[in-house]
Amino acid sequence: MTDHAANPSFAGTAQAGADTTGIEAPAKMTVRNLNFYYDGFHALKNIAMDIPEKKVTAIIGPSGCGKSTLLRIFNRIYAIYPKLVASGEIVLDGENILDAKYSMNRLRSKVGMVFQKPVPFPMTIFENVAYGIRHHERLNRSEMEGRVEQALRSAALWDEVKDKLKQSALGLSGGQQQRLCIARGIALKPEVLLLDEPTSALDPIATSRIEQLVEELKNDFTIVIVTHNMQQAARCSDLTAFMYMGELIEFDRTEKIFTKPNKKQTEDYITGRFG
Amino acid sequence: MSTPREHIIKSYDDELTRLTGEIVRMGELSVAQLEAAIDVVERRDERAAQRVVDNDDAIDAMEQEISHDVVRLLALRAPLAGDLRNVFAALRIAADIERIGDYAANVAKRSIPLSMVAPVTATGSLGHLAELAATEVRQVLAAYRDRDAESAYQVWKDDADLDDAYTALFRQLLTYMMEDPRNITPCTHLLFMAKNIERIGDHATNIAENVWFLVHGEPLTAQRMKRDLTSSPDFDLKR
Repeated sequence: MTDHAANPSFAGTAQAGADTTGIEAPAKMTVRNLNFYYDGFHALKNIAMDIPEKKVTAIIGPSGCGKSTLLRIFNRIYAIYPKLVASGEIVLDGENILDAKYSMNRLRSKVGMVFQKPVPFPMTIFENVAYGIRHHERLNRSEMEGRVEQALRSAALWDEVKDKLKQSALGLSGGQQQRLCIARGIALKPEVLLLDEPTSALDPIATSRIEQLVEELKNDFTIVIVTHNMQQAARCSDLTAFMYMGELIEFDRTEKIFTKPNKKQTEDYITGRFG
Repeated sequence: MSTPREHIIKSYDDELTRLTGEIVRMGELSVAQLEAAIDVVERRDERAAQRVVDNDDAIDAMEQEISHDVVRLLALRAPLAGDLRNVFAALRIAADIERIGDYAANVAKRSIPLSMVAPVTATGSLGHLAELAATEVRQVLAAYRDRDAESAYQVWKDDADLDDAYTALFRQLLTYMMEDPRNITPCTHLLFMAKNIERIGDHATNIAENVWFLVHGEPLTAQRMKRDLTSSPDFDLKR
């Protein structure tokens, strides 16, 4: 197992030439020698990166580069499909989450995920948030109400839904539904929040709300966001990883990636020259 | 430098190419203005001098156009990395060229009162100064067009020669003034004109710094050797 304490900072990443000025957070997740196969297809190749604690890390890259795959390995969603194999290490707080002994329930309570399309459960707004909490904890009614309110407030949705908690979540707008999904994710008080293209189905105003929310949530959570929208990565992340054909090409401060990337492939991609 | 790949959106490339072309044309116009200004000084042609002064409006208009294009590119294309530096450098370089144009016009403007008094021999030295400045501007424009940071750095270093020439002319003009008070009026004009030309060199070095930044993404930090000693308290006329 990797000695997490011996590798306390982003500076410990395998990325050569990374400029870590201003990123002094310790690594929350340490990825080493990560390889992933879809039924024999080598989808991720020797990924090594440190995800810093309470920072926003964006993963960008063209379709099929492996960015969503990487995100899905962070909470082992891939494990529900057969013939998918991951090797290497992802160390979260000193423990390798890829280890079969690492309980899935424990992992899901520590690492939450929000998907591209908001998928509220066909139940009330209140129940959408309470559902996951019930699965992990036993709370009395007032405790549960408090937790639901807290999650909805953190997701910047409380003021819009506080008078209709008993109404169906399906009646909310797309942007509200996505914030409800974020509330559902953070209600379990995870430590890491994974966002898989969380705004690609939303209009610009709803997108801005989510981005503002990400900005606020990073005070409490380590956030990893996969996005096709480079401006979004530029706007709301502290670090950006550029992936191409299953490899991590460059991982650095977002400002560096978008003003002076080290690798030509990164430059060609972010400036719209990828042929 | 390796040729950058083309953008997937072709019109983006066209806009960036046009921006570079506009800057180079604006720069060439500013050099032409400087040469015309020196020409009217030497020919003592007041009407031609006025034409040079009036032509400065064309350079100002080009700067406006470039500013407009830069704002448009920033808003509509959201350039990043090398493209962002390209657009940012264009805006800064256009401002430097605009100042070069102003200095050239100032030289032409001062040639009008200068032509009303008896000619002084030092006028000839102004031509040499202007030649150095024009060469600097031309070379730095070529470096910008070719994205050649090394060549831009050479211009940046060569500006020391212009500073030396200016310091020498400064001494020469002060000597003339001390020799004969009737020289004071023309030599004061010449002094201001020489200073204008020396400043053109400084703007050429600014452009060189922007070319360096455009190519390398970092500032040209080394401290340039300051050779214009005329403002130094240690400046010794008799040396």
